[in-house]
Amino acid sequence: MNIEKFIQEFTEQFDDLDTSTFTAETLFKENDEWSSMTALSIIAMVDDSYKVRLTGDDVRNSKTIQDIYDIVLAKSKL
Amino acid sequence: MAFLSIKNVAIRGISACVPAYVEENLEIIDVPSMDIDKLIKTTGVERRHVATQGICTSDMCFAAAEKLIEELDWNKDEIEGLIMVTQSPDYLVPATSPSLQHRLGLSQNCFTIDISLGCSGYIYGLSTLASYMQSGMIKKALLCVGDVSSISCSKQDKSTYPLFGDAGTVTALEYCELDEGMKFHLSSDGSGYKAIIIPDGGHRRRFSESSLSEHVIDKGIIRNNSELWLDGMDVFSFGISKAPETVNKLLTKFEIVKDSVDHFFFHQANLMMNERIRKKLQLPENKVPYSLKDFGNTSSASIPLTMVTKTADELRNGQNNIIACGFGVGLSWATMHCNTTNLVIPDLIYYG
Repeated sequence: MNIEKFIQEFTEQFDDLDTSTFTAETLFKENDEWSSMTALSIIAMVDDSYKVRLTGDDVRNSKTIQDIYDIVLAKSKL
Repeated sequence: MAFLSIKNVAIRGISACVPAYVEENLEIIDVPSMDIDKLIKTTGVERRHVATQGICTSDMCFAAAEKLIEELDWNKDEIEGLIMVTQSPDYLVPATSPSLQHRLGLSQNCFTIDISLGCSGYIYGLSTLASYMQSGMIKKALLCVGDVSSISCSKQDKSTYPLFGDAGTVTALEYCELDEGMKFHLSSDGSGYKAIIIPDGGHRRRFSESSLSEHVIDKGIIRNNSELWLDGMDVFSFGISKAPETVNKLLTKFEIVKDSVDHFFFHQANLMMNERIRKKLQLPENKVPYSLKDFGNTSSASIPLTMVTKTADELRNGQNNIIACGFGVGLSWATMHCNTTNLVIPDLIYYG
């Protein structure tokens, strides 16, 4: 896993928002587009690309893309 | 690994009943209009048949059973088993199945069982009833499956209220020597019991004054503890991983060729989740019918309701090789494979 690729996959789940400035430290919920639908897209992307099952709490407790990345990394080692 | 292969039992017919009253999701006023467009697109639910005051699951199952018994031309005295799968029983005590036996005029030589399962309940119900019948002592029996979910959803909860519809269904099983029968894969994960829950009103947490206090969960999500709580993210994550997995396990275990299956009936959760599951399994659209658009998520009834409203003509005529997969509340999930021949399927019944 590498964070650059993860950020790219993560930002692809946003339809309208300009995500070109997104980094690992971006607070991904602090924008107009973030919604429960975006959350589902992120969960689906992680399932697809990393075979990892994110829970609702995983998403609720995360603030930055790095937070989600760390959870996926930890769970993919299980 | 809970696999089952039950021989000598066949599905003979399926009927479904929904409330006559229809609620259009576009007309829901508690959700801002921009949200509702997006919601309809994501969930795939445009309208739902909703039980008006007083209609119970057992009422719809009763109507569906009467019609099915008539069209099957079965003698009621021959029916020796009735299973009711529901999470919206008439009473907390007693079970609903004995009163349905009586109401239908079935003989006292009829075993009855209630099973408390939702989305996976149709498959679990089939496996239980078929197991009872496989020795041939019981020749004919009914599986009644359905829920009135709308009544448990908060009208101020955009994550549940526009999603759930109500329905009652009946599936008739018959002992049939040499029939290859049904194959099952059954699973559970109770660690996720809170993902879909009505917290108060059972014995763990009795109904009290505080059960009616409103909780603001998020924008557009207000509910109390006597209503349905649904963690959309948990359920989505669970569904897209476990539904394809259980289908694949069944196919592999029993060496079923995926291309030979005519129809894949999935529990109708919501369009985004169901499409994800379909694509993961690489199934063509025409083999995966949806009843979501006009009926919503009808809990355990969603699989037989889809059969009756979307594929009745195919199932009535000739042989069909089918797979059905339910997944959800519990958490609980299961898949079934069987072949059907000339099923008796009355047209959809409207109640009230």
